[in-house]
Amino acid sequence: MQKEGQIRIPAGCAISSIFSRSGKRIDGSKIVKSIEIMHDRSNGLGGGFAGYGIYPEYKNAYAFHVFYETPEAKNACEDFLDHHFDIINLSKIPIRKNPRITNEPLIWRYFVNPFPTKLADSQLDEQEYVFRSVVRVNDQMPGAYIFSCGKNMGVFKACGYPEDVGDFYRLEEYEGYSWTAHGRYPTNTPGWWGGAHPFGLLDKTIVHNGEISSYDANRRFIEMYGYRCNLLTDTEVITYIVDYLVRKQGLTLTEMANVIAAPFWSTISRKPQAEKERLTFLRNAFSSLLITGPFSILLGFEGGLLALNDRLKLRSMVVGEKDDMVYIASEESAIRVVEPYVEKVWSPRGGEPVIVTLDKSVNV
Amino acid sequence: MSVDFFYPEYEIVRDQNRCISCRVCERQCANCVHAFDEASGKMYADDSKCVNCHRCVSLCPTRALKIVKSGNTFKTNSNWTNDYMKEIYRQANSGGVLLSSMGNPADFPVYWDKILINASQVTNPSIDPLREPMETRTFLGKKPAKIERDCDGNIITKMEPNLELALPVLFGGMSYGAISYNAHASLAQAAKSCGTFYNTGEGGLHKDFYQYGTNTIVQVASGRFGVYKDYLNAGAAIEIKIGQGAKPGIGGHLPGLKIVGDISQTRMIPQGTDAISPAPHHDIYSIEDLHQLVYSLKEATDYQKPIIVKIAAVHNVAAIASGVARSGADIIAIDGFRGGTGAAPTRIRDNVGIPIELALASVDQRLRDEGIRGNISVICGGSIRNSTDVVKAIALGADAVYIATAALLAMGCHLCRSCHTGNCNWGIATQKPELVKRLNPEIATQRLINLLNAWEHEITEIMGGMGINSIEALRGNRLMLRGIGLTEKELEILGIKHAGE
Repeated sequence: MQKEGQIRIPAGCAISSIFSRSGKRIDGSKIVKSIEIMHDRSNGLGGGFAGYGIYPEYKNAYAFHVFYETPEAKNACEDFLDHHFDIINLSKIPIRKNPRITNEPLIWRYFVNPFPTKLADSQLDEQEYVFRSVVRVNDQMPGAYIFSCGKNMGVFKACGYPEDVGDFYRLEEYEGYSWTAHGRYPTNTPGWWGGAHPFGLLDKTIVHNGEISSYDANRRFIEMYGYRCNLLTDTEVITYIVDYLVRKQGLTLTEMANVIAAPFWSTISRKPQAEKERLTFLRNAFSSLLITGPFSILLGFEGGLLALNDRLKLRSMVVGEKDDMVYIASEESAIRVVEPYVEKVWSPRGGEPVIVTLDKSVNV
Repeated sequence: MSVDFFYPEYEIVRDQNRCISCRVCERQCANCVHAFDEASGKMYADDSKCVNCHRCVSLCPTRALKIVKSGNTFKTNSNWTNDYMKEIYRQANSGGVLLSSMGNPADFPVYWDKILINASQVTNPSIDPLREPMETRTFLGKKPAKIERDCDGNIITKMEPNLELALPVLFGGMSYGAISYNAHASLAQAAKSCGTFYNTGEGGLHKDFYQYGTNTIVQVASGRFGVYKDYLNAGAAIEIKIGQGAKPGIGGHLPGLKIVGDISQTRMIPQGTDAISPAPHHDIYSIEDLHQLVYSLKEATDYQKPIIVKIAAVHNVAAIASGVARSGADIIAIDGFRGGTGAAPTRIRDNVGIPIELALASVDQRLRDEGIRGNISVICGGSIRNSTDVVKAIALGADAVYIATAALLAMGCHLCRSCHTGNCNWGIATQKPELVKRLNPEIATQRLINLLNAWEHEITEIMGGMGINSIEALRGNRLMLRGIGLTEKELEILGIKHAGE
């Protein structure tokens, strides 16, 4: 059987997220409970979580979470990291044995910062330096896979049902202001851990439900800009698109949403002149980054969360609010199970981004 | 019998029981095939003059006529085929270059017919174009490499000039001279009505058609016929024609007998002179010269018009396209070896150049490998025969396609491949007034519009089946294609998987 990266595997899914605008630290058990209720939307072949604000003690260092298939891969990767980064701390990621989670790789965590001299020599900004280093490991070191690489955040994923994955990683021991979760329903996979979601790149993580029909058009375009779609998954290419548009092109999140889930031309034609020109420009300039086919995505980033549906809204996605808390999930049940008294519940329209951020005064 | 006698390849079969001797066939045939015999009161036909254009068959009121292969043959020989033998006899007689018209008809692979299209099942819903919006709008031209903002942080939306198309199908270049006034009028009006563009070819632009300028691409070829400032500014875009798929490496040919009246005036050459375009542009001997011509044309038109560079699909087309993309050109048009022509040397038409499918795939991939696909849009042509060819071309990586032979067929051409004789019975590839008037521009315009509308319906239906509701998500989406009966190498060049993979 071929694993992710050798074959393209479509997948259906469940997604959920919890966000505290006031920066309240929520332990991981809550998000596990939320995703667990949607058990039937997964099939046990992948689950994962991303938490933000979970490493306050190392908040200025990049936290690398790495899967190793062999000790040799670990040696090669650590050798590479030693040459390019100042490693502040390293350890195995603590796990709890779970009978339904098997065949685990070696799972390590490193808190690192680029060597200032190396960084200066590279003539890159810090994020680009980190990004390229991660791509190099994932692209060129067989058996080593960095699946999380942002600051003060981390991805935890495995092959299994999401509630078992949460148990395996002892998520109740982490606290963060923002959590996203994913339960996967791939149609055909041997269950490779790296293929589970969220997919992370720097501080951005994406969980996604859907199968995009524009995949190869998007992939072949984005690969012009230094990205390598090794996993052949929708989530991977969407993450790269978001990174390219937001980090490299400097678009706002709303502008990014106007590109990937662009309004129809008929809608654009009814807008005021300046808005019409702006939307036309974005659609034309980045036409190859329009994403078609069903999707609902949750994009986690430092200090915020974005939710977006495809422009036809071919996937369910519900938002709920209570006090400073925002809940977004595939099904309302996943919200009510953790917040029975949720106050405002609504379904965002197709292509309409929902963006929540920490209150201005909050420092995490 | 002389060695130069050829028994006609096709013969006209007349059902004498049906024939009413109305003599329509006689009046309609510019090749004088049909004649009425007063003595017997019967119609007769001279098969040897027949080009098999089906004008008489189509207009016979009693369906008394049909044209069939005559079946006369030399002794069968797989090496020395009938055609090769006849060509030897012909050249031994005349000492001349063999001439042909329209695209390469030889038995080379047609890759379009070996590519299959995907559709959604279960995991991803198909989209119903009758109930959901389905978008085919396409922009051709450079895309910005970097977003710029004004002092208020708003995106500066001004960009290089682009062409906006309602459907990614344009009419390819066919000169006034090669085809008739009425044919040009029909293409211009249909392009305007459908929100797309037609292309003047290399023969200049008739004064009457300046009104369609916003839907016109004006061509600058090596002969520079009819090129002057007003002409350059009349169109929406300018196309530098470096080569043509039917005859890569040589220039256009228009026999003097077609250079009459308005054509001579539009081309700015004397009546009756042969219009023989030079093989190369004599101001382009290298890629840096192309750069200069591109910018000369941009200067002449105040940087308001995108510049298209049209090249024939030849062996190193990918490297050439890369050079063109760096020349400042906004759009590259690639013409495959099946592309049509009003006249080309037979040997060149049938042996020079490569299939458009392979050329397109390698150009698109090369431009992406070099990270410059956004610098330039790609139009492909030669030959796109139906809506699925369009879908496959776009999925391989084209932004849009040129159709020319298909447009001629829509107007009535029956592909008899005799354009170079100037006796087109359908009023298309002729300048004889009595023949030109047979093409009613109103009807021909409507037929062209119908064709594009029909293709649009089919394209959106196929897109919907794939779960794609906007054409840009199809562009370069090679995962939507599978090859059938192709070798590893062919699949590798096309960048697609085999069916079943």
